Amino acid sequence: MNELGFPILSLMLAIPTIAAIVCLFLSANSARWMALIATLANLALGIVLWLNYDIGGAQWQFTENAPIFGRFSWALGIDGIALMLIMLSVFLMPICIGASWEAIQKRVGEYMAAFLFMETLMIGVFAAQDIFLFYIFFEAGLIPMYLIIGIWGGADRIYASYKFFLYTLLGSVLMLIAMLWMTNQAGTTDIPTLMNYDFAPEAQTWLWLAFFASFAVKMPMWPVHTWLPDAHVQAPTAGSVILAGVLLKLGGYGFIRFSLPMFPEASAQFVWLIFGLSMVAVVYTSLVALVQHDMKKLIAYSSVAHMAIVTVGLFAFNKQGLEGAMIVMLSHGLVSGALFLCVGVIYDRLHTREIDRYGGLSINMPKYALLFLLFTMASIGLPGTSGFVGEFLSLLGIYKVSSWVALVCTTGIILGAGYMLYLYRRVAYGDLVHEDVKAMSDLSGREMALLAPIAAVVLWMGVYPESFLAPMRQDITTLEARIARAQPQGDAQITMGVPKKEEKGEHGSHEASEGGH
Amino acid sequence: MSVGNSLYLVAPEIILGASGLLLLLIGAWGGFKSSRLVSILAVAALFAASAVAFEFLTNPSFADGGDAFFGQYRVDKFSALTKLLIYISAIVSIIIAPRFFENAGSRRTSAMRPEYPVLILFASVGMGMMVSAVDLMTLYIGLELNSLAAYVLASFLRNDERSAEAGLKYFVLGALASGILLFGMSLLYGFTGTTSFNGINQAFEGGLSTGALFGLIFVLAGMAFKISAVPFHMWTPDVYEGAPTPVTTFFATAPKVAALALTMRLAIEAFGSQVAAWQQIIIFIALASIVVGAAGAIGQTNIKRLLAYSSINNVGFILIGLAAANQAGASAMLVYLMIYVAMTLGSFVAVLDLRDADGNQVEEISSLAGLSKSRPALAAAMAIFMFSLAGIPPLFGFWGKFLVFEAAVKADLILLAALGIAASVIGAFYYLKVIKVMYFDEPADVVVKSDSKSHAIIIALCALFVSPLGYLLIPVLGNIADQAAAALFWAF
Repeated sequence: MNELGFPILSLMLAIPTIAAIVCLFLSANSARWMALIATLANLALGIVLWLNYDIGGAQWQFTENAPIFGRFSWALGIDGIALMLIMLSVFLMPICIGASWEAIQKRVGEYMAAFLFMETLMIGVFAAQDIFLFYIFFEAGLIPMYLIIGIWGGADRIYASYKFFLYTLLGSVLMLIAMLWMTNQAGTTDIPTLMNYDFAPEAQTWLWLAFFASFAVKMPMWPVHTWLPDAHVQAPTAGSVILAGVLLKLGGYGFIRFSLPMFPEASAQFVWLIFGLSMVAVVYTSLVALVQHDMKKLIAYSSVAHMAIVTVGLFAFNKQGLEGAMIVMLSHGLVSGALFLCVGVIYDRLHTREIDRYGGLSINMPKYALLFLLFTMASIGLPGTSGFVGEFLSLLGIYKVSSWVALVCTTGIILGAGYMLYLYRRVAYGDLVHEDVKAMSDLSGREMALLAPIAAVVLWMGVYPESFLAPMRQDITTLEARIARAQPQGDAQITMGVPKKEEKGEHGSHEASEGGH
Repeated sequence: MSVGNSLYLVAPEIILGASGLLLLLIGAWGGFKSSRLVSILAVAALFAASAVAFEFLTNPSFADGGDAFFGQYRVDKFSALTKLLIYISAIVSIIIAPRFFENAGSRRTSAMRPEYPVLILFASVGMGMMVSAVDLMTLYIGLELNSLAAYVLASFLRNDERSAEAGLKYFVLGALASGILLFGMSLLYGFTGTTSFNGINQAFEGGLSTGALFGLIFVLAGMAFKISAVPFHMWTPDVYEGAPTPVTTFFATAPKVAALALTMRLAIEAFGSQVAAWQQIIIFIALASIVVGAAGAIGQTNIKRLLAYSSINNVGFILIGLAAANQAGASAMLVYLMIYVAMTLGSFVAVLDLRDADGNQVEEISSLAGLSKSRPALAAAMAIFMFSLAGIPPLFGFWGKFLVFEAAVKADLILLAALGIAASVIGAFYYLKVIKVMYFDEPADVVVKSDSKSHAIIIALCALFVSPLGYLLIPVLGNIADQAAAALFWAF
């Protein structure tokens, strides 16, 4: 079994699944409470998981393995990286349920069921230790998200839901063929074994591309990011939170779990591709974000830019880059989730996401303005917030490899400050010109309860990131050692200067005295 | 082998044939009123035949199977398994029929006739012979017996223009295909001097003459018609749309299983020594079926036509397993067939359950709008079938696709697998359309509640099978399919 004596990961998967099925048959209000209780129970289990995680212990902990499917098995287990992402998922889930408490009024039972299924699938993706189990969880996430966008989304929801589904499906199907080839070659479906299996470098190229197609769409990387703004704009608030908070992390998780350790040579070979696309994404999507009139769209584009920082960090092939990428993922999950919640708060009052319809909110909504400012700063990456730690580490990592990439990506931070501050100025500062905006009330107790925990964690991660880095450190070291053999050479070859031979003569005595120290 | 032994091995066909003849007499004397009794007895006969097939499948003393009538007919696990699938489909097709025909006759009289279950029985006898055939003669007789019953079934609502048209179309095109098949068989016989599969295989070992190659291609073309694979698929949407829905349900499941099983046996047992000669053909047919089946479905407004294209699409995926030409591929095809039968039965019965306030069948996709509000359980089941047909995990339809692609990868047909799976995304589009109409659109309030318990039970069973719970059956199904596939590869 595992350290706890009971299959905690299976339990974490079972609770939301059972709750989801029950929710389908409940009335609106009982479904809300059921969903909240189930997600809080999962959060509690997540905390138990973290507290019992043995930092520096075995690489894979809480492992379970039941070969009940014949060809592949129900194999679960986590390392530090998966632990942190599972924590992110279980932390955001109750907040999503809370955010939908009043906003969703029709078909509540089905809505809560869709979210709970989503939670199962997300935890499953991070906990799966069998490559096909992973694939099933990974792909299955499309179904609830498609329904969430399509049923409870905005006006143009149908187009957005199709685009989301078909884009991500097309991306992932080739990955299945690659997985079939790999398991056929290696003779196992066990992810930890595959992570240490050396595929022939020529084969790696194709396998890497197949995985890349899937993860790049999920991530999303430029130019396959276009589904994201549509999906975000049309999805209900909680849908956006979960999409930005966790679903985008599946791409990064995929790179760190599959692409890098399984195909190190190919990863090195395609570094130029990743860097190129990421540089374009950082600059281009930041500029696009600058001109948006729709708040959700702006944050969606900023997500693409932040995810590009993650990809450069991951493919820097060094510890700083990898750690930074992980922290950016966690931080972005919290911050963009919180920003979508902030948008949701004012959307619920005015029913528009048009930036120009707001203004001067700091006057009548001071609490809101304060929290919104905090998340804006965290998104920019101000020191003291989680954004800074991640972005600094990622850029440090990439600077070791390529000064140019670091230079271009750093402009993204500046542009990020530009569009976020511009957004904040237009929404929160200025005079209250619109009558209806004047009438908006400040955060309710429920909304405070949603945003305050995220704010606390954002500050915690910004001030003492060690809590989050410690569980991942050993896994990142292992990964770094695994990919070291393929590490591309950096462009800045810093060499120790050779001391100039000092001339003999009057300095000779000085030299002698130096030697005497 | 003695005749007595042979008769024992063909027990399922004897049971079905004899009860078919007997029930025909009951129907002739009893008139329309006897249709209920005849249906019940026909289902009982099919259950008895299933029991025998199950015995052949599980009893270890039949592990190696056996040939009946001096190498005309073979009982092995492969034929036993496919017969089980065929009989189950036939049983469901009989059970769902009375309710459909209740209001379908002229002046609202029941159009249910005792001939319906009898024809299904005779078709089942034919299909049983098809899957057991190891000789071209048995093959042809089985095929024609099934086809003749099927032509009549297609035009069973003889007062209905669409049904009559479907029957005629099916008959004309089916006769053409039979002609092609027969021509191919005559060439094979002419160039190999034998009609037995084993003999043809041995004759092919020495090489393939041009004439024999023509024979092989004609035979495969005839089979492609029967499994409605592109480019011989044209009849499918029209026949599926026009035929009464229970008959369509039957067409989409049992004859498809039989024809695919026959194609497998032909390709592997008769042409197994010349894989290179047919592999490319199968690859082309498979890819073309996937693409045409997916693209053709996009514009459809009638759910039965859509499901017809969906079946073309699925046949394409199943044929990928045959293109792999290995045991894993055959096993994958069988598992896929089991899942396919459940998905198809479920979705057609769900379509049958769609009736408006006047009791008329609803077939327009647009009338399904908002079904998730008026009939949540039915909509959920339908959504499960659609996602499953699209092959989206965690539904069980994914597993069939997974296995055929795995077989293709094992056979080094990586490009085929990649193209096939990429084309499956096109297919996902129209399955999503059905779900979109049911879940996202405003209610059209056309479909009313149904009181049919038998429909509900069948739909629920099929939905449970294709739900993620189906994955728990993988070890069992995989084991059976592996054994059945091994029976095909006995010569290797």
